Amino acid sequence: MLIDTRTPDPKKFINGATGDWEIVIGMEVHAQVTSKSKLFSGASAEYGGAPNAHVSLVDAAMPGMLPVINEECVKQAVRTGLGLKAAINHRSVFDRKNYFYPDLPQGYQISQFKQPIVGEGTVILDMPGETVEVGVERLHLEQDAGKSIHDQHPTMSFVDLNRSGVALMEIVSKPDLRSSDEAKAYLSKLRTILRYLGTCDGNMEEGSMRADINVSVRKPGGEFGTRCEIKNVNSIRFAGQAIEYEARRQIGILEDGGAIAQETRLFDPREGVTRSMRSKEEAHDYRYFPDPDLLPLEFDQAFVDALAAGLPELPDDKKARFIADYGVTPYDAMVLTLEQASADFFEKVAKGRDAKTSANWVINEFFGRLNKEGKEISASPMSAEQLGEIIDLIADNTISGKIAKDLFEIVWLEGGNPRELVESRGMRQVTDTGAIEAAVDEVIAANPDKAEQAKAKPTLSGWFVGQVMKKTGGKANPQAVNEIIKARLGIE
Amino acid sequence: MTANLWADGAVMLGKLNMDEFAMGSSNETSYYGPVKSPWRKAGSNMALVPGGSSGGSASAVAARICAGATATDTGGSIRQPAAFTGTVGIKPTYGRCSRWGIVAFASSLDQAGPIARDVRDAAILLKSMASVDVKDSTSVDVPVPDYEAAVGRSVKGLRIGIPKEYRLEGLNAEIDGLWQQGIDWLKDAGAEIVEISLPHTKYALPAYYIVAPAEASSNLARYDGVRYGLRVPGSDIVDMYENSRAAGFGAEVKRRILIGTYVLSAGYYDAYYLRAQKVRTLIKRDFETCFEAGVDAILTPATPSAAFGIGEKAGADPVEMYLNDVFTVTVNMAGLPGIAVPAGLSGEGLPLGLQLIGRPFDEATLFALGGAIEKAAGRFAAEKWW
Repeated sequence: MLIDTRTPDPKKFINGATGDWEIVIGMEVHAQVTSKSKLFSGASAEYGGAPNAHVSLVDAAMPGMLPVINEECVKQAVRTGLGLKAAINHRSVFDRKNYFYPDLPQGYQISQFKQPIVGEGTVILDMPGETVEVGVERLHLEQDAGKSIHDQHPTMSFVDLNRSGVALMEIVSKPDLRSSDEAKAYLSKLRTILRYLGTCDGNMEEGSMRADINVSVRKPGGEFGTRCEIKNVNSIRFAGQAIEYEARRQIGILEDGGAIAQETRLFDPREGVTRSMRSKEEAHDYRYFPDPDLLPLEFDQAFVDALAAGLPELPDDKKARFIADYGVTPYDAMVLTLEQASADFFEKVAKGRDAKTSANWVINEFFGRLNKEGKEISASPMSAEQLGEIIDLIADNTISGKIAKDLFEIVWLEGGNPRELVESRGMRQVTDTGAIEAAVDEVIAANPDKAEQAKAKPTLSGWFVGQVMKKTGGKANPQAVNEIIKARLGIE
Repeated sequence: MTANLWADGAVMLGKLNMDEFAMGSSNETSYYGPVKSPWRKAGSNMALVPGGSSGGSASAVAARICAGATATDTGGSIRQPAAFTGTVGIKPTYGRCSRWGIVAFASSLDQAGPIARDVRDAAILLKSMASVDVKDSTSVDVPVPDYEAAVGRSVKGLRIGIPKEYRLEGLNAEIDGLWQQGIDWLKDAGAEIVEISLPHTKYALPAYYIVAPAEASSNLARYDGVRYGLRVPGSDIVDMYENSRAAGFGAEVKRRILIGTYVLSAGYYDAYYLRAQKVRTLIKRDFETCFEAGVDAILTPATPSAAFGIGEKAGADPVEMYLNDVFTVTVNMAGLPGIAVPAGLSGEGLPLGLQLIGRPFDEATLFALGGAIEKAAGRFAAEKWW
């Protein structure tokens, strides 16, 4: 039973030839569990490695081999369930999903069908001007398949079983998303939560997180339409593009009097289109049944409580705390808490310092620089202590904000103690009014016509500020310069 | 399981023949050709089946080629060939022995056990084979008692249930007589005989032939010609699968894969697989009720007849072959231990066996009762003609 939890919002409608349309989106996200070994075997679950280097007898489905559950993967699934504020099922069952494919050596995937380990939960999205609650239907554990490689031989395909048996969490959302932006925000938020929990690294380019996206369109607030599933989307950007394309494709068909055929489609990022993969009629009959090699998975509340006690502060809680304790804006708080490492960095910088100044420097200069260089925070050449010192130097008037930006550049590129750098490179700002006054007088004397113009039009005084700063090698305190110029020119 | 035997100093002599993927009750489905039983009817040279699927194990023990043999039992594959060859075979409680390394037929029913010359040898072998195994999640961590010590133990005061539903209509008179003989022997040994009811018995065989093929259809999916085993080329991957599996599997295996695939298919799952699982629960409940009422073990015939000739049932409806397991499948469905002990010879001079069914993990009582029957019935050896 599908329940519509959302109120139609005209801002999200797509305008078609016959009127407005609303997109309805639900997602199945496959997230690779962070664990040393695979879900049912002791082989390494590490990404990469030579083809077929991480394959046990179980993963290769040799006759007589049996699966044994990896307890750490169970813990990771429970942690994730707790992070999604979801119901944890103390008893769940592994089923076999049967189908033939060369990269599926057992001829079945071990998954959870009727009784998943995690039940209903919630993901909260901060969208411009509103908070959107997205329902999570369930989370279950399953095995990944291997990889078929088709470009190594003219007539044969090769199979790499390194991924075969790696643990995945399939996180199924309710059909609660109403735009590609919401869908992208959902993926991004889910990734943030998983990374905070340390249960999935969220690297979509390595395939450790991928989404199957169900898209349908309807007249606003009407009955749900027939959906199409876009399989295996491996980037947030592609997810947005795929949904936009797919919604318009469906609207086009419906407005031409056609009907949507339920089917599975693939997104082609090069062309930006979705293409039919198989129709509902061609869909597999997976013949699910409980795996007789595995007992039902059972644990008690104490097991769950112990995991709950070890959970880190989650993004939503951290964000609320940042707003309350640091007085930063909700937007800044959201940016600062996108990643655990970012939030930690900010908290180190902000400790004992003005929180808003710290937030500005962290977000604008520091994150800006990381993004520009495409670096992760872990690869940052600058520490929180160094950035904090720069902010201290501004606060105690040793340097101006402008000098601070130069200093940031030096520390970023060359490293070093910011306070020592200021001294050794003579970057201390000039606060000696006598020196500034002399420089101001010199500039006014050399440009009498400009001085006259500025007296008539005070906004032109900015030119003098620039000249004085230039003359003092940027070290003059800009505020003092401004005041002295105004006084000399008699501007209020 | 073999590692346990090796650790205890056992010497492995070789591998024995069996029905293909353990699917068969006569050894006639074997890829290598049928095993001939060391037994012959009095005054006849006709080759007889040793039973199945572990017919090679039973024959080798009956022919005294080896001291004992390992075997597996999914619906009767240890007990039925043991009964046909005058040997002792025990299928222990599900979870008693590790299934690791055993080519799976029906995972929820498969269990390993020994076939031996007498009850004492079977007890020694099972003691060695049984253990919990971290590599088999369905193995159970219950201490393994000294089964050998149970052989010869008094059975005085044990309550033996005789299930009235096992008195099949048209039951072979010899078998019926043997069963009565067994009752008398145990009564003489001091056991108390009580009639019991296992009301869902008549659904056991049909339910078994849904559950076992369903699991088999999935377990055998790995034999697809991609990584190992036979590969018959095809025009594309699906064609290769079809060619390989068509050529590689025998008729009986194909039949069961088809049945299993069918009963798990969308639209049939509830009517077949799910219903069979419910029947299975009821069958288990039947036994539990009896054990709760104080029954220590249950005595039944092991098979509905003595061994038959190779090819004798070739043209018959496969269901007739499946009926061989009518007394044994309930035990697998309930996960209980069952032992087949030789109890006499048919009028034609062929061995006949009785089956004892025990409480979960109470194999020791079966060895005690088996020992009592063996003591009363004597032992039976095939006359050497080979």
